[in-house]
Amino acid sequence: MATVDTTPDGAPARLTPGDVVPVDSGGQAELAHGAHEQPTGLANAKLAMWLFLASDCLFFGAFITAYLLYRDRSVSGPTPQDLFNIPFTSVTSFILLMSSLAMVLALAAVQRGDYRRFRIWILATALFGATFVGGQIYEFTEFTRKGLNLDTNLFGSSFYVLTGLHGTHVIIGIVWLMSLWGMSMQGRLTQGDSERVEIAGLYWHFVDIVWIVIFTVIYLLPK
Amino acid sequence: MTTITRSLPKTSTPAVPLRRPKSTTGFWSWFTTVDHKKIGIMYGAIALLFFVIAGIEALLIRLQLAGPNGTVLTASQYNTLFTMHGTTMVFFVGMPMAVAFGNYFVPLQIGARDVAFPRINAFGFWVVLAGGTFMYSSFMLGGAPNGGWFGYTPLTSTPISGGALPGRGVDFWAVGLVLLGIGSTTSAINFIVTILNMRAPGMTLMRMPVFTWMMLVTAFLTLFAIPPLTAALIMVFFDRNFDTLFFVASKGGDPLLYQNLFWIFGHPEVYILILPGMGIVSEVLPVFSRKPLFGYSVVIFSGIAIGFLGWGVWVHHMFTTGLGPITITAFGLATMLIAIPTGVKIFNWLGTVYGGAVKLTTAMLFSLGFVAMFTLGGLSGVMHSIVPADTQQHDTYFVVAHFHYVLFGGLVFAIFSGFYYWWPKIFGHLLDERLGKLNFWVMLVGFNLTFFPMHFLGLTGMPRRTYRYPANMGWTGLNQIVSVGGFIVALATLIFVVNIIYSAIKRNPAGNDPWDGRSLEWSIPSPPPEYNFAQTPIVEARDDWWHHKYTEDEDGRLVALPAGGSDDDPPSAVIARANEHETAADGHGIHLPSPSFYPLVVAAGLPFLGYAAVFKNMWFLIPGLGLLLFGIYAWGLEPGTEEH
Repeated sequence: MATVDTTPDGAPARLTPGDVVPVDSGGQAELAHGAHEQPTGLANAKLAMWLFLASDCLFFGAFITAYLLYRDRSVSGPTPQDLFNIPFTSVTSFILLMSSLAMVLALAAVQRGDYRRFRIWILATALFGATFVGGQIYEFTEFTRKGLNLDTNLFGSSFYVLTGLHGTHVIIGIVWLMSLWGMSMQGRLTQGDSERVEIAGLYWHFVDIVWIVIFTVIYLLPK
Repeated sequence: MTTITRSLPKTSTPAVPLRRPKSTTGFWSWFTTVDHKKIGIMYGAIALLFFVIAGIEALLIRLQLAGPNGTVLTASQYNTLFTMHGTTMVFFVGMPMAVAFGNYFVPLQIGARDVAFPRINAFGFWVVLAGGTFMYSSFMLGGAPNGGWFGYTPLTSTPISGGALPGRGVDFWAVGLVLLGIGSTTSAINFIVTILNMRAPGMTLMRMPVFTWMMLVTAFLTLFAIPPLTAALIMVFFDRNFDTLFFVASKGGDPLLYQNLFWIFGHPEVYILILPGMGIVSEVLPVFSRKPLFGYSVVIFSGIAIGFLGWGVWVHHMFTTGLGPITITAFGLATMLIAIPTGVKIFNWLGTVYGGAVKLTTAMLFSLGFVAMFTLGGLSGVMHSIVPADTQQHDTYFVVAHFHYVLFGGLVFAIFSGFYYWWPKIFGHLLDERLGKLNFWVMLVGFNLTFFPMHFLGLTGMPRRTYRYPANMGWTGLNQIVSVGGFIVALATLIFVVNIIYSAIKRNPAGNDPWDGRSLEWSIPSPPPEYNFAQTPIVEARDDWWHHKYTEDEDGRLVALPAGGSDDDPPSAVIARANEHETAADGHGIHLPSPSFYPLVVAAGLPFLGYAAVFKNMWFLIPGLGLLLFGIYAWGLEPGTEEH
């Protein structure tokens, strides 16, 4: 039976019956199979997340390509120059990037078993993410008021779909982070589960990095 | 550092809402299974079912075209049938069938007890089934897909109110393929992690069986090919339903963007379909020639080269769209280049058979049929790299002939080879060889009668996707032969189904190793126990199992090793260990992943989300999101393996 002393570096963890306790075995994440190292040196779940993110790159790549292809090809309606409020979007982008910092601090906290700080930082990450989404909703509302809709022109179509899909990624990330926070509140997320946090972090950092590309392409590239 | 998880003894209420299913036998266990072998069988079963459905669609098409001015089908029924025939064969037969064999045999070939993510594996299967059911439900719910399996814009992207295509078919098609893409992506990730991380000790990459290798390359292709398709489908869906302008030329949109995105997916997809087939053939030919695969590493690297080059040839589907001479020259050259690794493989297969002690079993016949038919299809493929010739042949039956030679003469022949080769391992009894050989010869004749005349029809100008043709074009006679051939192929499939039933009744027991095989799956009982390997095998050579059985004397002749020889001889020690597989352990104490409801629950939510999108009816969101969220959270809280 698993006991507390099987957690990494032997730190006492608050465990309740039913908790999932990681056991350092060098084996597979889902399957007690053999005690040999993974040839890639990456745990299964982490490798899987990297692969998914690689795949997601091409998904965003397709929409970024569409946006670039359709730059300045709109035949009517408002142009980016009419609508963009670059200082505002820069601030929300900065907040999103700062959420990555909070994510790193949350992971570091859970790895050393500091659950209180973990919960603070994971909430901060989600809050920064939510602020970004709030900014996006404000921006969309503002643009719609000024006459840019999905069907107004190519700029409207490609802009809303690309940034909307990114926003959807952020929202999924927020739900994920809040779930981790909830698990931690229930005592279900312990030091040994830090890989779960790390994987959520990989996703979160990826979404931030994609935003750097999207922000550059949409807002910063000169006409 | 890597970790596994196990749960503490529970004294409080269970963490998950549904009582964990325990049973691993019986009818209901199939709904909760996470065993890669059962999931593989289910993939194979639905792929075979869809193969019959797609075949019936093809026969209706052939009835319509059997004579000039056919009256069996209306034009719009014809559109629906060729759309669904193509979509079904590519997405619900070709891909799931490769995944079926991969699911069953990749873990066995690398000496693993299961895949890396057993529950995600089950989820992938249920998503494919849900996606197929969703798409076929369109026949009863407002019209089936009718814009071709490629779904070119602006035909497909014009809103229903714009009147380009009647019915909601394209919405069902786009949403259904997005769902299927979720299943394909998860299964690809699972294959990659399994193959890279779960190999038995000593199973280095360059000792892996070729089938496993090709599944690895295929998984990478799937991983990167699906997202451009998903993006293109989302754009089509938005253009149809939310009036976006992605493909509206009058507003500056570019329908060619769709073609580029689709074929960036579509050409790698061709290799997603054929590489597993090449893998199967590379397993079968050495076994029945009693020789190692000729040039193993060249076959592997050719497969990888095809995987890379496959990304740089998509424009050869678009040579007639006016992309300019430099573009089409570059893609024409790349297309010629990809013939090199493909041709290399064909010579490797010939070299394998050459000088071997060839045993013409049904599996071997189908593999030899593959090599011959695939070569014919490859040759007409190289013709398409010559741009002026391609321009002449574009959208004619010549193209139909070409891709059926590679996909039917290639992929389907390889699948049948795989059936006859691996059936005894999966079900414990052999398929009948006499019926099998009849199956092969009828299929070979029927296949060539169906598709060879199409070359001539195409060269004399018969266009694809035409639902009728006038009597004075000179196409009538060849079309009659083609239609007769189509029904002969159907007869061959019927013989196969009869063989399945006949062999199941006769139950000619296979034993562990009926073909004197080379790879690890033949070292364990047929059908394999739930835990696959009682002891994790230790791999010491390529074709490891073969080296457990045979060695060479000084003159290079094969000598069978006595089972359980002296211990100071390394090969005999290996034999002794191998024998322990069968006798020493009964699998007690092996912790296997526990069955779970949640893969099915999550997958069941997805079609409801699909209906919500197609009908824009928010009521569908309630069961859809409900099942999805409940399933995901319960899944997340459930440990992979229950403590006993």
